[in-house]
Amino acid sequence: MQIQLNGEPRQFERSMSVIELIAALDLPPEVVAVELNGCLVPRSAHTEQLVEDGDRVEVVTLVGGG
Amino acid sequence: MTNLTSDAPLVLDDITLNSRLLLGTGKYASFEEMRDCHEVSGTECVTVAIRRVDLKAAKGESMFDFMDREKIHVLPNTAGCFDAPTAIRTAELARDLLDTRLIKLEVLGDDKTLLPDPVGTLEAAKELVAQDFNVLVYTSDDPRLCVRLAELGVTSVMPAGSPIGSGQGVLNPNAMRIIRELVDVPVIVDAGVGTASDVALAMELGVDGVLLNTAVAQSPDPRRMALAMRDSMNAGRGAYLAGRMPKRLYANASSPMEGVVGSGSGPQ
Repeated sequence: MQIQLNGEPRQFERSMSVIELIAALDLPPEVVAVELNGCLVPRSAHTEQLVEDGDRVEVVTLVGGG
Repeated sequence: MTNLTSDAPLVLDDITLNSRLLLGTGKYASFEEMRDCHEVSGTECVTVAIRRVDLKAAKGESMFDFMDREKIHVLPNTAGCFDAPTAIRTAELARDLLDTRLIKLEVLGDDKTLLPDPVGTLEAAKELVAQDFNVLVYTSDDPRLCVRLAELGVTSVMPAGSPIGSGQGVLNPNAMRIIRELVDVPVIVDAGVGTASDVALAMELGVDGVLLNTAVAQSPDPRRMALAMRDSMNAGRGAYLAGRMPKRLYANASSPMEGVVGSGSGPQ
């Protein structure tokens, strides 16, 4: 599967759920939020929502700011 | 003596703050320094930004580890957004990430002045209010724009004293006074605070709170400055609640004019 992840192309062996993608990126799920093709994927849907070939994914977290 | 420091809390929709000083989390030398400054300042609300995870960076400490959400409300911002759709997307991500309705809305016009784009700001504010966010909105010190934003149903207007990170203080005190008189929602001066006297001045104008970041984070001694900001907030707010003496054109003696030794039959 080829996706756009945070603006960069990334390859994965197969499509997967959002929660599996977060794990594949070695990120703790509680510190990130995810958008798929411009729309928020709520936390409650991380297990069911699939990420598939051609998708645009944004994975964000908190940083310092004013 | 009655309680000389009593004050009502700052109510921002469903959150209540006992400190009227809000701080940022940016530009600190370390998370420890940031946490210490927050603690010393007595703040109960700090802003954070929402950004893409750096997938190439080594896993380090997380900011989450340095914020006690039992004691401090986390206020996500839409900093770095230059149009309403991006700001709205960022707000929705923040709401999911932090499980909060709070949002500090910023829609910027350009990256040199970091001044708000008024049209994008109004557009995004309307949409976020409709989505039941608790909207605190960064804006300019234009009183009519603040009135418009208040009419949209935002929780608070946050007029800039001067450009973000510029440290120039409140450049237009009269505008802040007018904003305070014209809008019914809490007014929080946000942006441009440079040092402690800026906070006191803002509070003496009658605003409800002050948000600052750079003034503490880029002080050579941030912890000491954080304490100074706390003291200055108390000083300015106290002076406002006490009420000031009138300004006069001419002198008004503090000591009696009569009975000076060697004087004649009385005052001139």
